[in-house]
Amino acid sequence: MMHTVIVSSSIVLLVLILITLFRVVIGPSVLDRILGGNVIGTIATVLLLLIGILYGNLAMFVDIALAYALLNFIATICAAKFFLRSKTVNLNHKD
Amino acid sequence: MSILISIFLITGVLFFAIAVIGILRMPDFYTRLHAASKCDTLGLMLILVAVILYTLQVLSIDNVLTSLKLVAILVFVFVASPTAAHALTESALINRIKPWTREDKKR
Repeated sequence: MMHTVIVSSSIVLLVLILITLFRVVIGPSVLDRILGGNVIGTIATVLLLLIGILYGNLAMFVDIALAYALLNFIATICAAKFFLRSKTVNLNHKD
Repeated sequence: MSILISIFLITGVLFFAIAVIGILRMPDFYTRLHAASKCDTLGLMLILVAVILYTLQVLSIDNVLTSLKLVAILVFVFVASPTAAHALTESALINRIKPWTREDKKR
């Protein structure tokens, strides 16, 4: 029963990553794309842990998930700071 | 124990689904960020609690160390995800992305 629940949760999370990718493609501004990338990274962190349970080798995958969470945070902060004062965010309204 | 783990796991996936629907359907950048940051953090924390309970089913020194690392991920995300959302909001405000108002609905 446990195995079935974990496998079905992983499949649902994979479908959610695909749906989030749609927002990353069509996002009106650059910040929407950064936000989509952040959410994809968070879901991928969880997915790595579930894959670790399924492989029966959680002790290795925990380290990978920890590194992934750290890199995801650093990437989001760096991208947000890079676009802080640049005028190339592709504004939606005329101004 | 197995039922408890399943409840935590399914609730976490449900919160991720709410976050993704919010990202896809909300009309504005700020509302999208609002939906994403909160539901995302809560979903990750619930699934991490499920994984910690799954790990601690067999009590040994290795499993306790693994669950301590999982607690480290939990604490880090609990601090870092609102920080990232705050940085994105600051960037959007300085770049003058307009918030969604009632006039936008009529157009």
